Amino acid sequence: MFPEEVLEHVFSFLNSHTDRNTASLVCKSWYEMERWCRKRVFIGNCYAVNPRVVIRRFPEVKSVELKGKPHFADFNLVPEGWGGYVYPWIVEIARAYPWLEEIRLKRMVVTDECLEIVAKSFRNFRVLVLESCEGFSTDGLAAVAANCRNLRVLDLRECEVEELSGHWLSHFPDSFTSLESLNMACLGSEVSFSALERLVARSPNLKTLRLNRTVPIEKLSTLLQRAPQLVDFGTGAYSAEIRQDVYSRLADAFSRSKNLKSLSGFWDVTPAYLPAIYSVCSQLTSLNLSYAATRSPDLTKIVSQCYNLQRLVVLDYIEDTGLNTVSMSCKDLRELVVFPSDPFVGEVDVLLTEQGLVSVSQGCSKLQSVLYFCHQMSNSALISISKNRPNLTCFRLCIIEPRVPDYVTHEPLDVGFGSIVENCKQLTRLSMSGLLTDRVFEYIGTHAKNLDMLSIAFAGDSDLGLHHVLSGCDSLRKLEIRDCPFGDKALLANASKLEKMRSLWMSSCLVSFGACKLLGQKMPGLNVEVIDERENVNSLPEYVPVEKVYIYRTVSGQRFDTPDFVRIMGKDKDDLFSDKGLKVAVLFCSNFGTFRPCCCTRSRSL
Amino acid sequence: MNMEDGLNLTLGLPGRDESDKESCFKNNNNNKRSQLEMNDESNGSSDHAKEVDMENAPATKSQVVGWPPVRNYRRNNIQAKKASETESGMYVKVSMDGAPYLRKIDLKVYKGYPELLKALENMFKLTIGVYSERDGYKGSEFAPTYQDKDGDWMLVGDVPWEMFMLSCKRMRIMKGSEAKGLGYNV
Repeated sequence: MFPEEVLEHVFSFLNSHTDRNTASLVCKSWYEMERWCRKRVFIGNCYAVNPRVVIRRFPEVKSVELKGKPHFADFNLVPEGWGGYVYPWIVEIARAYPWLEEIRLKRMVVTDECLEIVAKSFRNFRVLVLESCEGFSTDGLAAVAANCRNLRVLDLRECEVEELSGHWLSHFPDSFTSLESLNMACLGSEVSFSALERLVARSPNLKTLRLNRTVPIEKLSTLLQRAPQLVDFGTGAYSAEIRQDVYSRLADAFSRSKNLKSLSGFWDVTPAYLPAIYSVCSQLTSLNLSYAATRSPDLTKIVSQCYNLQRLVVLDYIEDTGLNTVSMSCKDLRELVVFPSDPFVGEVDVLLTEQGLVSVSQGCSKLQSVLYFCHQMSNSALISISKNRPNLTCFRLCIIEPRVPDYVTHEPLDVGFGSIVENCKQLTRLSMSGLLTDRVFEYIGTHAKNLDMLSIAFAGDSDLGLHHVLSGCDSLRKLEIRDCPFGDKALLANASKLEKMRSLWMSSCLVSFGACKLLGQKMPGLNVEVIDERENVNSLPEYVPVEKVYIYRTVSGQRFDTPDFVRIMGKDKDDLFSDKGLKVAVLFCSNFGTFRPCCCTRSRSL
Repeated sequence: MNMEDGLNLTLGLPGRDESDKESCFKNNNNNKRSQLEMNDESNGSSDHAKEVDMENAPATKSQVVGWPPVRNYRRNNIQAKKASETESGMYVKVSMDGAPYLRKIDLKVYKGYPELLKALENMFKLTIGVYSERDGYKGSEFAPTYQDKDGDWMLVGDVPWEMFMLSCKRMRIMKGSEAKGLGYNV
């Protein structure tokens, strides 16, 4: 038995949440020791646990990270008002952790009142990161700016902010000098440039500055000159009439930014201004040109100079030729993201095909993470990619037209994706598209043992597909499915698996009200949320498929902040589990023959 | 000035385009919105936002909600660009109050404001009159306005022609009586 001090010292080296969670399971004294010295808490689903339970267990927390809505909320599949309110958490942590330093929220509803509480409750507050959040206005930001004397990081990533004025920035007092990171790229309103300039000038530790679109290109050189220590810079709208003096000043300012490693922004690019960044290209490890509607030659010229690039985010304007250049020039590339320039057009006038991805997979030996939108794919390309890059950890492919087969052979893409999961043994995240049958799920269930998150759309033939995934993917924690013919059988047969996962999303599938109710009744550790906006939903028979169902494990029972289109199934005391229900469940499970039925072997007691 | 007296029902903007959703989303929900615009948006604008979000895609493709999985702010950015700048021209929609359908014109075809206004006069069979910086289109029954990149409605003629071409997203010919507040002498 180690003395407490030694144990505490050892634990201080455990930084990952998983490691800490594991350590706390070793024995009771380790559990106690660990909980007293845990400083950072990560809650992947804000409805999985009650804030008071968290506070009771971890009394000395300095950093809280929470996630709210399911991932598909990013694509408008989660209706407005579903939930994800951070307010109850803020109230509790404000009371319990007066010395809290960091709050990180993703896909949550954050109100101005929440921000005001944060601003006034934590004397040593340092880091506020809001990613894909909504519900607050620039007034809330003003409160944070005015009150958080020791703020280091204000990072608004892709939030939807109600823009009342740009005046919030001016609320940082003159005595405020601790800023290290400011990301206001998602805001639309103009801030006072002189206030911004003065803020930058008095922030010697400022390393990250991501401007919004309203900061004109003429002003960039001023800011860069004020902050030569900048590491991460995001421009505003990168366009103006071509003026030699503006260009020269800008190019000069960039050339003096010796610490710059990351560039982004570049809305509305005037191509003639792009060469101003050439002097920093070789320093860059991260480049995001995904708002630059500029064509391949300009993009290629830039990437060809980015020898140290690790992360590249672009539009498909880069085309296969540009990616070929990437494969030859960017030998350190770890992550490639290619977004579509026009997601909806039928005819394609951009020459980006599967070939671009194949070349990058060939030339960039460190490539681990891919998000790629394109219009065509083939099994042979996928097989090549998997053989070139067995070290892939994240592979997300979106072929824009649903259910499109291999464009060469006209076969489904089962074999191609099968090859990905078979060769890329460290794959933790996979998103698939194109024409896919149950066969691909068999491959996934067989090989994808490290898969943590899987996204499926317009794929599969039957419940067998879902069953393969749920029964085979040992590490699966997040599964999101839309528009697939998966129904009750696979879900009920794998009910206990759902308790080992964070969440399952299924929309426009074939899961019935009855199955959802049954699942909710039998699994008290799960919230089975049916999200259905149809007006007549109360009168629909139980065999009708629900619009959407979101199932997640929880230790805090059902939530009570649901709107009327969300029903948490099977929790009503009146809904007792009947004999008929049991028979139906057994029938579903026995259809699988050799597969072990899960929920059905339970005793019939309630 | 209270514009909500019910007499300001605009028949204009029929088939109002889904690119209007830009004005419903974060980037354009700012206090720069003019009162005229406010009138159109005041009714159930949040429902409108939800609706138009789903009808984002032009009719060329079957419209599936949330597919392809590209986030809103990215779609807005890309589509706004595409709408106004194509290889073959810089087409913008033109609506006129009281007219049952919109027209489309290619701004690249005109060398400047005089040609543009003449073309509009011919197209809609009306007289627009002479522009002055101080008084706008005083003396005319109609005032040509346009919506710029920020979502604001502006009077045609205030900015240099090249700047207008780059920033004009759509146009609306307003009846003179409604153009108050846009330089029209009250």
